[in-house]
Amino acid sequence: MRASLGGPSGVRADFPIFSRNFDGRRLIYLDSAASSQKPKVVIEALADHLRNHNANVHRGVYTLAQEADAAYDGARRRVAGFVGGEPETTIFTKNATEAINLVAYAWGRAHVSAGDAVLITQMEHHANVIPWQVLCRERGAQLRYLEVDAQGELSLAALDAELARGDVRVLAFAHVSNVLGTINPVTEMTARARAAGALTLVDGAQAVPHMPVDVQALGADFYAWTGHKALGPTGIGVLHGRREILEEMEPFLTGGDMIASVDFQSATWNELPYKFEAGTPPIAEAVGLGAAVEYLEQLGMERVRIHERALSAYMLERLAEVPGLSVVGPPAAERRGGLASFTIDGIHPHDVAELCDRAGVCIRAGHHCAQPLMRCLGVSATARASVGVYNDQADVDALIDALIAGREVFGL
Amino acid sequence: MDDLYRDYILDHYKQPRNFGELEPHDLEAMEHNPLCGDELGVHIRVADDRIEDIRFHGHGCAISQASASIASEELKGMTLEEVGKLGADWMIELLGIPVSATRRKCALLNLKVVRGAVTGDHAWPA
Repeated sequence: MRASLGGPSGVRADFPIFSRNFDGRRLIYLDSAASSQKPKVVIEALADHLRNHNANVHRGVYTLAQEADAAYDGARRRVAGFVGGEPETTIFTKNATEAINLVAYAWGRAHVSAGDAVLITQMEHHANVIPWQVLCRERGAQLRYLEVDAQGELSLAALDAELARGDVRVLAFAHVSNVLGTINPVTEMTARARAAGALTLVDGAQAVPHMPVDVQALGADFYAWTGHKALGPTGIGVLHGRREILEEMEPFLTGGDMIASVDFQSATWNELPYKFEAGTPPIAEAVGLGAAVEYLEQLGMERVRIHERALSAYMLERLAEVPGLSVVGPPAAERRGGLASFTIDGIHPHDVAELCDRAGVCIRAGHHCAQPLMRCLGVSATARASVGVYNDQADVDALIDALIAGREVFGL
Repeated sequence: MDDLYRDYILDHYKQPRNFGELEPHDLEAMEHNPLCGDELGVHIRVADDRIEDIRFHGHGCAISQASASIASEELKGMTLEEVGKLGADWMIELLGIPVSATRRKCALLNLKVVRGAVTGDHAWPA
């Protein structure tokens, strides 16, 4: 039987950072929505690549360069396979932000013009807002927002009404909200957009690390996510695209490696996915991410989701015990990823995070790169606790103790 | 006794001095803390090149609110020239608590706003 998720006897032992001592306390890390911790296998894969197999890719004929090629391409196959994608349509970027920018620039500039609309939602991370804002401003197109209701959910009826206006060229939305935790009905939304002739882009940064994701089944034209939230290194993001769209698109960044041939005044583009990977790619990072998804596959993404859903339910239940605390987003754990954003009457979220730090509990506070959503919620900031495969109920208990002690410091 | 959230800090946070609007006023500015989205504005009434009266408005954490409240009591009566020369050290010393690098902007937001209103310099106080 495989080790259980969470706890000291479970997968936490696979993550070296948890053996670090913080002034006599263990690390209680509840900020995986910002960045996950890394298992030993990822750290070792990175180090092994740099120590033993390092060379640039796609250029060398010597053995070492061939090893680097094999490692990079192997990582791509593994990463693509992890989410049901194909290697040729799986593009490595710097992060999810760059992946979305790639689409907004390379597809958006060619297809969105005055009179068109880009439809996003009020719950988007700035990464899925600003690229569309800039595109719309540049092209004279309209940027419209699907509303988030009081339960932190989107309405399919509202989506239908927006699409019926006939001008929506792009629908871009988060698979899982990084503030509300809401799991959006992706297949229903992409099917509707497709029927209305709109391109779809799904920001999966908060979904891929936490639940089974099949990019083909989800039906999005583009699906973006990032490595460092999925137990992998920073500096690598992933964009899955529909083949016929990618083939028709012009490149985003240009330069070395993305060309087939170059003349003094013109060039032709390399095949997929290299057309969209200008310059030396994040080779070691890809190898690290490959190790990360292999590790997640071994845990089993169904088990990861079950573990985090149970922990999320426990966290919601325990947060409700703290006087003056309000959680935003859907009330049911079933409807949310493993995170909870909340406010406490009389204590600013920044102070909440500072008070938690006293107890060794790492949580985030601020606008979470979602200022439009904060405005809709009528707050300037929230505190956010988020879980990963290595968390357990004791971590949540430590959070609750820290919040109760923090209220006492503030005389509440 | 908490190092950061001392009694007087919490007192200023819960009952901030010189908060609200000031009408009429001669100078005003509004600044955001990009870290957290907090915002702080200031109204200043000037007489004989001195701050005759001052009011802050906006929302923020205990450190930013208490800093503004504590500073407001010191700023009243200062000449505009003196205000223009105030630096980060003045505020940190006045606050009297160990401010970590990440909370430094919380503590300095009020001085940034005041300096912006008085000198037009919107840079973070050095």
